[in-house]
Amino acid sequence: MARPAAASTLSFEETGYALFLGLLVVVCLLIAGKAWDWQMAFHAGIGVAFAALGIFLIVSAALKRTAFQPLEIDGRPNYNFGPVKFATIAAIFWGIAAFTVGLTIALQLAFPALNFDLPWTNFGRLRPLHTSAAIFAFGGNVLLATSFYVVQRTCQARMPGIVTPWFIVLGYNAFIVIAGTGYLFGVTQGKEYAEPEWYADLWLTIVWVVYLLAFLATIWRRKEPHIYVANWFYLAFILTIAVLHLGNNESVPISVFSSKSVQVFSGVQDAMVQWWYGHNAVGFFLTAGFLAIMYYFVPKRAERPVYSYRLSIVHFWALIFLYIWAGPHHLHYTALPEWASTLGATFSIMLWMPSWGGMINGLMTLSGAWDKLRTDPVLRMLVVSVAFYGMSTFEGPLMSVKAVNSLSHYTDWTIGHVHSGVLGWVGFVSFGAIYCLVPWLWNRKSLYSLKLVSWHFWLATIGIVFYICAMWVSGIMEGLMWRAYDKLGFLEYSFIETVAAKHTLYIIRALGGGLFLAGTLIMAYNVYMTIRYGEREDTVPASAGTLAAAE
Amino acid sequence: MAKKEIDQHSGIETTGHEWDGLKELNHPLPRWWVYIFYACIVWSFGYFILYPAWPGITGYTAGILGHSNRNEALADVEALKTAREASAKAIATASFDQIRANPALLQFALANGRAAFANNCAPCHGTGATGSPGYPNLQDDDWLWGGKIDDIFTTIRYGVRSTSDQTRQSQMSAFGKDGILKKEEINDVADFVFSLSNPDYKGAGIANGKKIFADNCVACHGDDAKGNQDVGAPNLTDKIWLYSGTKEAIVAQVTNPRHGVMPTWEGKLDDITIKSLAIYVHDLGGGK
Repeated sequence: MARPAAASTLSFEETGYALFLGLLVVVCLLIAGKAWDWQMAFHAGIGVAFAALGIFLIVSAALKRTAFQPLEIDGRPNYNFGPVKFATIAAIFWGIAAFTVGLTIALQLAFPALNFDLPWTNFGRLRPLHTSAAIFAFGGNVLLATSFYVVQRTCQARMPGIVTPWFIVLGYNAFIVIAGTGYLFGVTQGKEYAEPEWYADLWLTIVWVVYLLAFLATIWRRKEPHIYVANWFYLAFILTIAVLHLGNNESVPISVFSSKSVQVFSGVQDAMVQWWYGHNAVGFFLTAGFLAIMYYFVPKRAERPVYSYRLSIVHFWALIFLYIWAGPHHLHYTALPEWASTLGATFSIMLWMPSWGGMINGLMTLSGAWDKLRTDPVLRMLVVSVAFYGMSTFEGPLMSVKAVNSLSHYTDWTIGHVHSGVLGWVGFVSFGAIYCLVPWLWNRKSLYSLKLVSWHFWLATIGIVFYICAMWVSGIMEGLMWRAYDKLGFLEYSFIETVAAKHTLYIIRALGGGLFLAGTLIMAYNVYMTIRYGEREDTVPASAGTLAAAE
Repeated sequence: MAKKEIDQHSGIETTGHEWDGLKELNHPLPRWWVYIFYACIVWSFGYFILYPAWPGITGYTAGILGHSNRNEALADVEALKTAREASAKAIATASFDQIRANPALLQFALANGRAAFANNCAPCHGTGATGSPGYPNLQDDDWLWGGKIDDIFTTIRYGVRSTSDQTRQSQMSAFGKDGILKKEEINDVADFVFSLSNPDYKGAGIANGKKIFADNCVACHGDDAKGNQDVGAPNLTDKIWLYSGTKEAIVAQVTNPRHGVMPTWEGKLDDITIKSLAIYVHDLGGGK
C-alpha cells in the first residue's frame, strides 16, 4: 500500500482537488472583480481565500509527508479520524454560536429594544441565522463527525482518499461561513431553512455529492457482509438531503455577478416544494441522521445489543417511505388544495409508529443496563434524548391533524414543538455522542469530569422544560385568543393584546435558552480539559477494536 | 464475524452479526406497536374515504362527506353577514343620536367599535386608548380636532394630514427654522406658554413672550391660548401635551414643529365600522 519513494509527489486525487480549487480561485476572482453587489464581492473573496487555503493545505501536507497512510496497520484498519476531530470541535463551536444567537432573538422578542435598530442585528436576519446555525452548522458537523467515525468503525475500513474526507468537512464549514455571513448581510432567497443563495447552494451540492460518494466507498470496503443499521440511516440522510437540496433550490441567478436569484417555482407550487423540503429536512437531517447516531452510541455506551433487528428494518423502511409525503401538513388552511392537506395529515399520522420504532429500539436496548443511568450521565443524556424524540414524534402527528393545526398553526406551540425536538432530541443525542467521541478520538482514558456532564445534563434539561412549557402555554393561549369572538361575532382580542400577553412567557423561554447555553459552555470546557489534560489511553479496550493511527 | 448466540439477559437470540463490538438481538415487533400502526393506517383510509384526498388526472377524490374548507369558510362569513344584517343596516342609516338611544344598536356599535379599535387604532393609541407621546390620549376630554361624535367620525374617516382629499389639515409655522423669530424670542414665548400651565413659574421672558405670542400665535391658538379645534390647534393652558410639556419641548416645537399624521380609514374600513368606531371612541369617557 505505502509508496514511500513517491511520498511527497501529489497523488492523482490531490492533483485533481488542487486543479479544481485553482479553477475556483480564478472564477471567484473574476466574480469578485465584476460583482454587482458588495455581498457578492465579499463572498467571492471568501471563495478565493478558502480555495487558496485549500491548495496550500494540499501541497504543504504532501511536502511534509514521509509516507502515504496505509489502509491497515498490522492487519487492523488505520482509521482516518483527523476530519472527525475537526468536525467535533466545529460542532461545539457552532453549537455555542447557534444557541447564543437563539438566546439573543428570544430576548429580542421579550425586549424589542435589543434589535438595536441595526439591519444585521435585526430579528429578521438573526432568526434564520439561529435556525440554520443550530440545524446545519451544529447538527451538520455532528452528523459529519459521527458518520465518518461510525461508518469507518462499523465497516472496519479506512475512509478512501487523502484530501476527500477533509474536503467534505472543510468544504461544508466553508458553506456555513458563506451562508452565515449571507444572513447577516441580508442575502437570502427567502425560503425557510433554504435561505442561502444560488452560489452557496451550488457549492454545497459539490461537497454533498463528494460526501455521498466517500460514504458509499467506505461501505464498499466493509469487512462485515451486512451493513449496520446506523449506516442505513446515514445513507438515507445523505441521499435524501441531496435530492431535497436540488429540488428546493431551483433558481436562476439574475447574473453570475449577482447574489440574487429568481425561483423557478412560484405561488402554491413553490410553497409545496418548500415544505416538502422543509419537512423532510426535519425527517432526514434531524431524524434519520440522528437516529443513526442513536443506533451506534446508545448500544455502545450501554454495552448492550440493539433490542430488535426486525424492528429496525420495519421502522426504517416505514419511516423512509412515509416521511416524504407528510410535508403538506405545514400548509393546512392555505391556498394548498384540500386533498393535498388531507394526504399530508394522514401520512403524518401513519408516521407516528414508524418514528416510535426508533424510540423503542433505543430505550429497550437499555434493558439489562438500566442501572447504568445512575452512574453514567452521558448515557442518561442519550436516553433522555430518545424520550424527547418519542415526545416530539407524538406531538408532530398530533399537530398535523387539521383540527389541532387550526389552533396550533402560526403560534408559539410550533416553536415549542420544534425545540423539544431540536434541544431535547437532536441536542442531547449530539452531546451524548460528543461526550463519547472525545475520549475515543483523542485517546483519553475518560472525560475530564463526569460531574460536569451531570451539571450540563440538569441545566439543559431544566432549560428545555422551561422553554417548551413556556411555548406550550404561550402558543395555546395566543391560538385561543386569536379565535375568541364575542357573542356578536366580533374579535375578542387584538393582535397586539396577544403579543403583550406573551411577554412573561417570552422571558421564561429566554431563561430556558440561557440555561441550555450554560450547559453547552460547560460541555465545551469539559471537552477542552479532556483533550488538554486528560490522561492518555495507551491500550484501547478490546471491544473498541483497534487503535487509530495518529493523524 | 460472530455466530448466533443467546443473550443472557433477555434469552433472545442475536442475529449473528457484529460491527465494532455491536450486536443485534432479534426481538419480535412489539404487538402494541404493530396494532397502533395498523390502527393509524385504518384511520387514514377512513379519512381518505370521508374527505378530499387523492389527486387524479383532472380532479381529485372528493370524499363522501362532500367537505370543503373553502365552502365552510364562505358559509361562516355568510352566516355572520346574515346575523349582522339588521343591525348593520340600522347603523348605516340611523343618526348617531338614534343609535345611542337604542340600547341593542348601541351595544352592537360598541362591540364593533371595540374590535375595530383594537385591531386598527391600538398600535398608535394603545389598547386602552390612553395614547403615548405623539399619539393623543382618547380617554380624556381634551381634543385637537373636536370631541363630538361627528368630529371624531370625520377625523377617523379622513385622517389628519393624510392622503385623503378631505383630510384635516393644518400646519404650524417653523418659527425658528424659517427665521420668523429669533432664538431669544422663542425662548421668551416658550417662557410665557410654559407659565400658562405652570402659574408658579417666574421665567424672565414671560412679559416679552406674551407680546410675541399676541403677535404670532393667537391666530390659531386664540387670544386666551385655549386653542382652536377647527385648525387642530391645541389648548396650551392645560397640562395635557401631545409631545411633552417641558420648556425645552416647547422651544423645540416652536423652532421646528412636529406634525402628527393619522391615516384616512375611508376605504380600509366600511362606513358602518367607522361609525361604530366614532361611537366607541366618544364613549370612552371624554366625548363632548
